[in-house]
Formats: sequence, C-alpha cells, structure tokens
Amino acid sequence: MSEIRYTQDHEWVRVDNGTGTVGITQHAGEQLGDIVFAELPEAGQEVQQGDEVGTLESVKAASEVYAPASGTVQAVNDDLADDPGQLNSDPFGAGWLYTFTIADRAEIDALMSEEQYAEFCAEG
Amino acid sequence: MADDDDSVSLHQTPLTHVHKELGARMVPFAGYEMPVQFPRGIVAEHTHTRGSAGLFDISHMGHIVLRPGTSAPDAALERVVPGEIAKLGRGRMRYTLLMTEQGGIHDDLMVARPAGRDLFLVVNAATKEQDAAVLRRHLGDAVSVEPQTNAGFLALQGPRAAAVMARLCPDAAEMDFMDVAHLTVDGAPAIVSRSGYTGEDGFEIALAAGDTEAVFRALLAHEEVEPVGLGARDTLRLEAGLCLYGHDIDTTTTPVEAGLSWTIGRRRRETADFLGAGVVLDQLANGPPRKRVGLLPEGRAPVREGAPIQDTETGEPVGEVTSGGFGPTVNRPVAMGYVDRAHSAWGTGVNAEVRGRARPCTVARPRFVNNGEPAIVTSKQNKS
Repeated sequence: MSEIRYTQDHEWVRVDNGTGTVGITQHAGEQLGDIVFAELPEAGQEVQQGDEVGTLESVKAASEVYAPASGTVQAVNDDLADDPGQLNSDPFGAGWLYTFTIADRAEIDALMSEEQYAEFCAEG
Repeated sequence: MADDDDSVSLHQTPLTHVHKELGARMVPFAGYEMPVQFPRGIVAEHTHTRGSAGLFDISHMGHIVLRPGTSAPDAALERVVPGEIAKLGRGRMRYTLLMTEQGGIHDDLMVARPAGRDLFLVVNAATKEQDAAVLRRHLGDAVSVEPQTNAGFLALQGPRAAAVMARLCPDAAEMDFMDVAHLTVDGAPAIVSRSGYTGEDGFEIALAAGDTEAVFRALLAHEEVEPVGLGARDTLRLEAGLCLYGHDIDTTTTPVEAGLSWTIGRRRRETADFLGAGVVLDQLANGPPRKRVGLLPEGRAPVREGAPIQDTETGEPVGEVTSGGFGPTVNRPVAMGYVDRAHSAWGTGVNAEVRGRARPCTVARPRFVNNGEPAIVTSKQNKS
C-alpha cells in the first residue's frame, strides 16, 4: 500500500518500494488554471529537498516546481510535453511529473499527511 | 496581474455579487474586485468568445464626458490627442491617445460622439483619475471635464454577438464597426458602440449602475453567451495584437514606436498642435529608435512580460517583452515587445531570455488572429 505526502508548495509525493513519484495537487492545478507547458528535471539529476527542479506555465503565469525530497531523478513524464493539460485533468494519475530514488525517507515522513494538507488548504 | 492592488477596500462593480454567484475567482485589479475567470477557465472562455459570444464586465473602466465650456469639446481635446477629433461625426467613435509633453502616452482611450457636441471618453481603470486631472490641467475652462461614477459597462464579444444583440436591441445589429449611439437595451437606456478589445466583432454597452445587472442577466440568458473574466480578456487582446496600457504603452513609449501612427490625423501632422507633437513628428519623418513587434517564441513555453530580447549573434540587448503568454486560438505562445529598428522587420530572429536561457523567437506582425482564426505573419517587411 503506497502512501501520499504533501508539501506546502501544493505538491504530492507517493512512495512505492523506495521510489518517490512527484506531482501537483488538484488545488495547485485549480490555482494555476489551464497549464500549457511543463519544464521538468532530467533523468539522473541529483536534487536536494527544496531545489527548484522545473516550471509549470499556465495561461496566466509561471510557477516553480520544487523537489519535495532529496534523491536522484529516475524518470520524467514526457507525455506532458504533448498534453500538459493532464496536470489539470488528472493531477494524481497521468499528470505525474517525475520519479526519483529516495535519498532520505525521513524527509518524506516529515511532510504533511492528506488530513494535514486538507487543513493547510482550508487555512488558506 | 501587474495591476494588482493590495488595498483592503476594493471597489465593487454593479456585478461583483453576480460574478461570485456564477463561481468566478475574484482578484484585485486596478482597485476593483474583478473576476479573473469563471469555472470553465481561461482557455474555454477565450475559445468561446472566438467561436460564439463572451460577456465581460468592464465596469472598472472610466467614463469621462466632455461638455462645452468656452470652447467646443472636440477642438479642445485635440490639444492633448493626435487624432482627428473635429471631424468625428455624430454617432462615430475613434481610438486615440492622451499624450505627454515628451511625446509619451498618458493613456489610450476611445472618443465617442453619440449625439450633439458632447464627447464621451472611455479610459483605462488604472488611469482614470489621472486622465481627468491631465484634461483639466491642459483644457482649463475650455470644456467641462465630468468623470461618470455611477455606471456599469459591459462588452459582448464574438461572432454571435450581433445575433444576440439583435434580440435585445435591434438597432445595435445595424451598426457599423465604431458606430456609437444612445439606444435602449432590453428596456434600459444605454450608450452602445460596435467595438471591443478581443479582435472579434462585438458591442460595448454603457448603462446606469442600477440597470447593469438586469441587462447582464438578460444577455447571459441567451445560449450563445458565456461570462468571461479578465484572464481571457488578456489572452484575447494579446492574440489580437492590442496594446495594454501600462505594459505595451506608457509615458515612455511614443505612438510611432508603438505602431500607432495610424491614429495621428493627416491634418494634425500638418498643424502639429498636439501635446508632444515635436517628438512624434520627428519620429514619423526620421523613423523611431525602436518599434513594437509581435514575437513568436519557438516551442511551447510562454515568454512573458519583462523578458530581455537579445541579438542572436552577439547576445547584445535589443529590446524587451511587454506582454506575453499562451494564445489558445493559435495554440502556441505569443508575445509582443519593443526591439530596436534593426531587429524590427517581420521574420527577424531574436532571442528572449527566460529563466537564464536564450529562447529563439521570430519577429512577427503583432496581430496573430483574424476573424477568430490563426493568422500569423512573419514574411512581409515591417513598414517603418
């Protein structure tokens, strides 16, 4: 059973067998509006928690993607180049951003649970 | 948006509560609480306007009436704008520019003569107080400058706008582009013009504040009509190559640099009696140092306002992007900005710097659409 953790930048990380998958939340997609371009990190790139690793461009504005946890990028979602709208329509599925080999599981465990994230969003 | 205002007491339009009821996301804009988008989102609203009819609340914009004082309003206004206003016929409207002494632009505006001698000006929200002050300072007792405060203002834009208007105001459907008249829309007295800010056919409708909600709802009741927010208003005008004041034109840009020389009347070029005429006429004769152009970024990533523009060989700065984003109709990023004259011919390659990286762009005609369809021009030589 995988679990999902959330960041204050409205990203999520799902952990499966030592691999993390990163995406943005439904809330982030709603706030950004129609996303038209995604710039993603490269496979093999070493990232530290909080690093700026990409940019999402909506019709309205650009928004940075931050690494929710440290590790090595494994795969990036190339489908987003052709259909960045998946970030809005299916943010927890087809709209994933990248996967990474987790360097420090404690970083992820310290992120928000689903319940905590819901509270965080409600507080605005 | 760049015109965000953090002030806690935002003005409301006669429609603020209606936008909330429709589920709009509200943002501060030029001191007003305005809808940036409705639940369908910017792309859907944009596409709907190009294909059917979009309804916009533009009540934040300013209306100023000029009435005769010691002079006729048209002759007086010509002191501060380069347009041919004296010959503006009854029932006609014209786009013009409120100038600075230095040949810069205080504001861009519509001047209408719905009837009689009075002129009806439509000015930008962020500049309306300053415009009234500029007019009073330069025109003195010549005219009475009367900002209108208790008004609503709607725009109905798109290829189906005329068919919808014909049901609520049959006379409006008979109007030509840039006609203006006192008419009755669904029973409410209004000043209606055939004009807009989207590149589409459409109407702008000035109403008493108390009538605005009823007319807005009456228009919205037609199946062709959807509400549209400021987000799509911006993408629509960007694709149409229309300037946004404070971004693409301001007190540091001249009409000639901005590609707005067509607003300078032939007689006005000879009489040279408008504010800033020295600079403007010199640039008309000798060419401006820089020009506003359209920019087509390569690839899918938008290039936005403030991005420096560089020569592709030397990397030297040659200009700056003043508006940019994604154009839903052309389905690609589009932008506009100023480049020096040597780089201003359509088809010229330049680089725009985005997040530290040079992004290749092609200089193009600033207007990217025609009749709701993509119409990109990069081949014809840019006239200077």
